[in-house]
Amino acid sequence: MNNYTVKHLQELEAESIYVLREVASQFENPVMLFSGGKDSIVMFHLARKAFYPAKMPFTLMHIDTGHNFQETIEFRDQLIAENGVTLIAAMVQESIDKGRVVEEQGPDASRNMLQTTTLLDAITEHKFDCAMGGGRRDEEKARAKERFFSHRDVFGQWDPKNQRPELWNIFNGKKNMGEHFRVFPISNWTEMDVWQYILQEEIEMPSIYYTHRRKVFNRNGQWLAWAPFMQLKENEKVEELDVRCRTIGDITCTGLTLSKATSLEDIIQEVAATRITERGGRADDQRSESAMEDRKREGYF
Amino acid sequence: MTSRQDNGSQHGGYLDMELLRFTTAGSVDDGKSTLIGRLLYDSKAIFDDQMKSIEKASTRLGGEEVNLALVTDGLRSEREQGITIDVAYRYFATPKRKFIIADTPGHVEYTRNMVTGASSANVALILVDGRNGVLEQTRRHSFIASLLHIKHIVLCVNKMDLVDFKQEEYEQIKKDYIDNVASKLNVKDIRFVPVSAKLGDNIVDKSQNMSWYTGPTLLELLETIEIVNDKNIDEARLPVQYVVRPQNDKFHDYRGYAGRVAGGVFQKGDSVTALPSGKTSKIKSIEIAEQALDIAYPPLSITMTLEDDIDVSRGNMIVSSESLPQQSQDITAMVCWLSAKPMAMGQRYLVKHTTHDLKCLITNIVYKLNINTLDLNYEEKSVGLNDIAKIQLKTTEPLLFDTYANNRITGSFIIIEEGTNNTVGACMIE
Repeated sequence: MNNYTVKHLQELEAESIYVLREVASQFENPVMLFSGGKDSIVMFHLARKAFYPAKMPFTLMHIDTGHNFQETIEFRDQLIAENGVTLIAAMVQESIDKGRVVEEQGPDASRNMLQTTTLLDAITEHKFDCAMGGGRRDEEKARAKERFFSHRDVFGQWDPKNQRPELWNIFNGKKNMGEHFRVFPISNWTEMDVWQYILQEEIEMPSIYYTHRRKVFNRNGQWLAWAPFMQLKENEKVEELDVRCRTIGDITCTGLTLSKATSLEDIIQEVAATRITERGGRADDQRSESAMEDRKREGYF
Repeated sequence: MTSRQDNGSQHGGYLDMELLRFTTAGSVDDGKSTLIGRLLYDSKAIFDDQMKSIEKASTRLGGEEVNLALVTDGLRSEREQGITIDVAYRYFATPKRKFIIADTPGHVEYTRNMVTGASSANVALILVDGRNGVLEQTRRHSFIASLLHIKHIVLCVNKMDLVDFKQEEYEQIKKDYIDNVASKLNVKDIRFVPVSAKLGDNIVDKSQNMSWYTGPTLLELLETIEIVNDKNIDEARLPVQYVVRPQNDKFHDYRGYAGRVAGGVFQKGDSVTALPSGKTSKIKSIEIAEQALDIAYPPLSITMTLEDDIDVSRGNMIVSSESLPQQSQDITAMVCWLSAKPMAMGQRYLVKHTTHDLKCLITNIVYKLNINTLDLNYEEKSVGLNDIAKIQLKTTEPLLFDTYANNRITGSFIIIEEGTNNTVGACMIE
């Protein structure tokens, strides 16, 4: 027995840093997709470590539906200011104004689906040849089949049945003009790993991951945050409860958890005990059994 | 190693798990997916909403009971056809270890997926149906595990409930495997466990029906198989991925060589050689961001600085001056062909070896290996999808390598087709 053991978080960190350095080496104009959620914050932290003491060689991009938790946007802006990186906010509202997409109507309307067009347009406009995302394979069954380096054709589409085999730790990012890659540096992390790492590295998080009192209403068994642009259905009423976010997405489709968790330790306890997957609280995945697969094929994150 | 980790261990030990990657190969018929479903379910890695969606799908597909196999089928067409097409990755953890499963389909036409799943695995889990015993595909999965130098095999004799949990049936299969398969493998550590994935016997909990079996359950095996000695700690290798040059006032002359340690142990002050230039220096520092390390070993991603300003760039390798890798333009390797378009002699292909991109010509097919029997065929000179062959090739520049048997990272490379950019070959250097 030798002493050269590594712990799971060390190994995951090493793997992700390796992937981030491959991206910087293999692509000319890579962009890091940044939503302000925990996965993108961890990815950002890993990128900072990968290139230290130099600045990370990536631009950041937020596909902004305009329906955000205010706390996330403030956190995002502070993080980029402190680290001296550039962030592009690609606005779904602009895609709507230009007539590129048509907004869904009614109380269940969400801009989630519309993000795909905004994302693909931004990739074309800025000539990005690689977009990194914080997607994890444990999140969802279509994501479990995703590669670290995922090839996209000229239409930005994913062909899950015809993916390049990925062997050892060799990543093939070769592509033709107009094609691009999606790269997922934290593919092998679970929700638990992410929180454990945040605790270990003492990474600052947006306040809405911790318990706070908020105006909420219940729809189909899920607690949603009330906001001026949310349309209530009959029988739905706004209450004030102690909640926290388990994932952060667009406010229209992010389910909140009733929680008293005030610390990272509390959150880890909660994640360990929960019986519902993280995306179980995401209305965007509940639309059908293959909602994620269908969106991903079209070019979603 | 750091104060941060001390901080971590105060939080109940769950930060201190080892990571074990294992691959499973098999078809729906051996109950492979049921076995994975059972592992995930009994270790509480399947959540209520996933269970609900599996129940929904089971009913829609006409099943009467909940089909745990549906846990592992990710894509719509896979669920509809009841087959696994592609490698799927699954995750679960116990207080002892975190596990990553590379779940691959087992039919011969999916050899390339089995090879992919096996390439990063510490352990291969191979299933046989207790009614059928060792079959052609059992041999195929075992040979692939051996070819990819997986150091541990666990043979699960499944469906013991269908042979009345009889010890003789299990012992017969075990003997057959030891006599006819294990003797041909490079794998020294082979374990056996009788299970019923459907009923949960010996998966997580000890079987009440097989009191004659006193060994560990499958999960206990996976939790305890020792893997720390499997990595190469003898020949220090750092393929350089990226050169960190901050170019600011504070770090004016800083040049850091970033990469993932592929073998051996580097220590501050060690004499190292940069290849291919052959220039030597000493290690000035080893870092992971702000944290300084005294030593580095696989699979850590580090940044190294040297005492002397020598020219090192991506694709180069920093190695211990005491043990240099081999260097050659003439390479002999086992290849698994991954593309429907057969391998073409005399055609130029791209090669990706560690962080080094170069080109090659395939000069000779030495033999083809029958992965079901391990027979060698020196006559046939065509290599197509899922074929495994020993080939010779010539590269445009010298490759810096170790044999695959010595080092899975510096001993492996992929072949890429020009034009389509598809990954068409997985190679292990002899």
